[in-house]
Amino acid sequence: MNAAELCYLDHAATTPMRASAVTAMMPFLSDLYANPSGSHRFARQARAAVDDARDVVAAAVGCRPGEVVFTGGGTESDNTALLGCLDVAKSRTRLVCPATEHHAVLHVVEQAGGAVVPTDATARVRLDVLAEALGPDVAAVSVMAVNNEVGTVNDVGAVAALVRDRAPGAVVHTDAIQAPCWLDLRPLWAHVDLLSLSAHKFGGPKGVGALIVRHGTGLSPLIVGGGQERELRSGTHNVAGIAAMASALAGTDAERSDTCQHIGALRDRLVDGVMAGLDGVLETVNRADKVAGSAHLCFADVESESLLYLLDQAGLCASAASACASGAMEPSHVLAAMGITREWSVGAVRMSLGRTTTLAETDRAVDALVDAVGTLRERRARRRAGASIGAVPS
Amino acid sequence: MKVLVAMSGGVDSSVAAAMLRDAGHDVVGVTMRLWGGASDTGCCSVSDTDDARRVASQLGLDHLVFNFADDFERDVVDPYVRAHADLSTPNPCIECNRTIKFARLAERADDLGFDAIATGHHARVTTDGAGRHRLERGADRAKDQSYVLHMLGQAQLARTLFPVGVLTKREVRALATDLGLGTAAKPDSQDVCFITSMEGRETFLTERIATRPARVVDTSGRQLGTVAAMELITIGQRKGLGLPGGQPKRYVVDVDARSAVVVLGDEHDLAGRRLEVDAMSWVDAIAASLVHGVLVQSSAHGTPQPANVEVIDDASVTITFDEPQRRVAPGQSVVLYDVTDTWVLGGGIAGTH
Repeated sequence: MNAAELCYLDHAATTPMRASAVTAMMPFLSDLYANPSGSHRFARQARAAVDDARDVVAAAVGCRPGEVVFTGGGTESDNTALLGCLDVAKSRTRLVCPATEHHAVLHVVEQAGGAVVPTDATARVRLDVLAEALGPDVAAVSVMAVNNEVGTVNDVGAVAALVRDRAPGAVVHTDAIQAPCWLDLRPLWAHVDLLSLSAHKFGGPKGVGALIVRHGTGLSPLIVGGGQERELRSGTHNVAGIAAMASALAGTDAERSDTCQHIGALRDRLVDGVMAGLDGVLETVNRADKVAGSAHLCFADVESESLLYLLDQAGLCASAASACASGAMEPSHVLAAMGITREWSVGAVRMSLGRTTTLAETDRAVDALVDAVGTLRERRARRRAGASIGAVPS
Repeated sequence: MKVLVAMSGGVDSSVAAAMLRDAGHDVVGVTMRLWGGASDTGCCSVSDTDDARRVASQLGLDHLVFNFADDFERDVVDPYVRAHADLSTPNPCIECNRTIKFARLAERADDLGFDAIATGHHARVTTDGAGRHRLERGADRAKDQSYVLHMLGQAQLARTLFPVGVLTKREVRALATDLGLGTAAKPDSQDVCFITSMEGRETFLTERIATRPARVVDTSGRQLGTVAAMELITIGQRKGLGLPGGQPKRYVVDVDARSAVVVLGDEHDLAGRRLEVDAMSWVDAIAASLVHGVLVQSSAHGTPQPANVEVIDDASVTITFDEPQRRVAPGQSVVLYDVTDTWVLGGGIAGTH
């Protein structure tokens, strides 16, 4: 099965590169190979490309170019943001985040002995419990803009206002890695001190990202060396990746409102189609509370691992919760934090649409899901009735 | 036939997958994630999963990973720990076969539309003209694993394949080498998979159950010493009793929980002819009637001993060995083979007498 025959609904995992981004990176993979930190004219050419990219990213975020720190990806940005806040002031040692954060934030907070606060049933941070966790010892509060599993949009502005009030001086970070395709980054940036981005979630390549660092924010580097990114991140610039990320972000920013409208309609068609075709389906978060590309459903009496296999056989790429290093599905910490019972959460499937999703793909996905869930339930019912469906091998 | 083959990342299951593919089956490999804690192969056995995935890819097979860690903890690890608290020493590999591989995985295979499951065990499934299935010892007697598979009944045997059961281990490795599989020279796994060699069984158990000290006495009641944790003592045990060396060989012949006493005796005190076995299962109803003059194996690599069996009820039997045997520790699996030592009749778990 080649990519054209696949029904790809895993855009939150990664979304195809924009053609403009591929074009933007090519020169730096061939002729323009110089290290931008060099002092010769060839290096200056590469340096100019990095600076241009910085301007483009800054324009899409609404920050100053000097506030853009290029990194090796989203996880590095999140780690730098949180660990970098810990060394700044002796009295500020505690990190705080809601329980539904991505592991790139959650594991940092847990390992640093920070506070992980409960969320509401939509995976949104609860301001009342967050308020109780705030105090003068808080170094940073991290709240994701868009949840990667269920697509919930947090009110980052309200969180930031609360932090400014209850823990003035604490840094506010947002993991905005799932945001660029669906939310204007400018109003988001207006509220926070640090903002993480990852290029491959919006049509750029893997292995490059950015941490936006508000001027004046105390932050120490995670990766030290040549000091390439204003001493906040060392390592030779990934010039091709940076150029491609900037191109992808510019395209994403320009097309965002059209994409949201168009893809939101397809998402509704997908979810409505599945709900019409099957009983025992839980839509985990109201569509009004989440981004346009996210569909997240739990199927009663079905196991995600089984469902994903049958969907895969039908050419539908979807996902469940996050996978561990072995590739095994882990029980979702997000669904647990939302209070979704184990009976439902074991049958969870995330389908994430993107810019390239088509109507035909959406309709095939509905058919594939209705078929696969129906098959699994039927087989399970027959097994419970005492009949093994496996043929006796000859 | 659509076959789901359990691939542990070892050489036997790698070759099993290759043999099934070469026999023309529609084969998918699966590695089960069973243990979330530490193991000798790293977190969630990542390196073994990687080996299995690489082999599947070399063979051109799809490879899946199923997370059965919750089931494994509930059905294998917790009962293993609880049994020790009750002074019983079970074989967790057998419980894993009973509850995970040939139950949870087999059901999952059903759900996904597979006709059969396969593993890399050294054993054979045969079918006679009447459609009766038998579990037979593997061709390599030294590597035979029919003992740990004794619980398989007709319905399970009908849809289970053990491709490497017809081969010797040497032949398995030779095949893996010919196929260029990265697992060809991987050492055999030996120990309980959820206990690391660094940590050891004692540490694993003492972190999970309350242990009680006990007096160590001889058969006349004379105190010889003490042990810190009688839950870690097994009938037949000779070492680790904190006694000075240079003495005649002494074995644990009894552990009395109520009075917290461990009794040591000589080989003679350990010998007995009768053995109660509970939780019996039979390969089929006919096997349950063939109980006179059978062979009884009471450890994974023990020598089968001739015995007669009296069926008490559906779930329990009393075994009378022809010759006195060293006592079987409670919790051990006891497996009955036919008089020719070829196929499994059934098996159960040694009781406390």
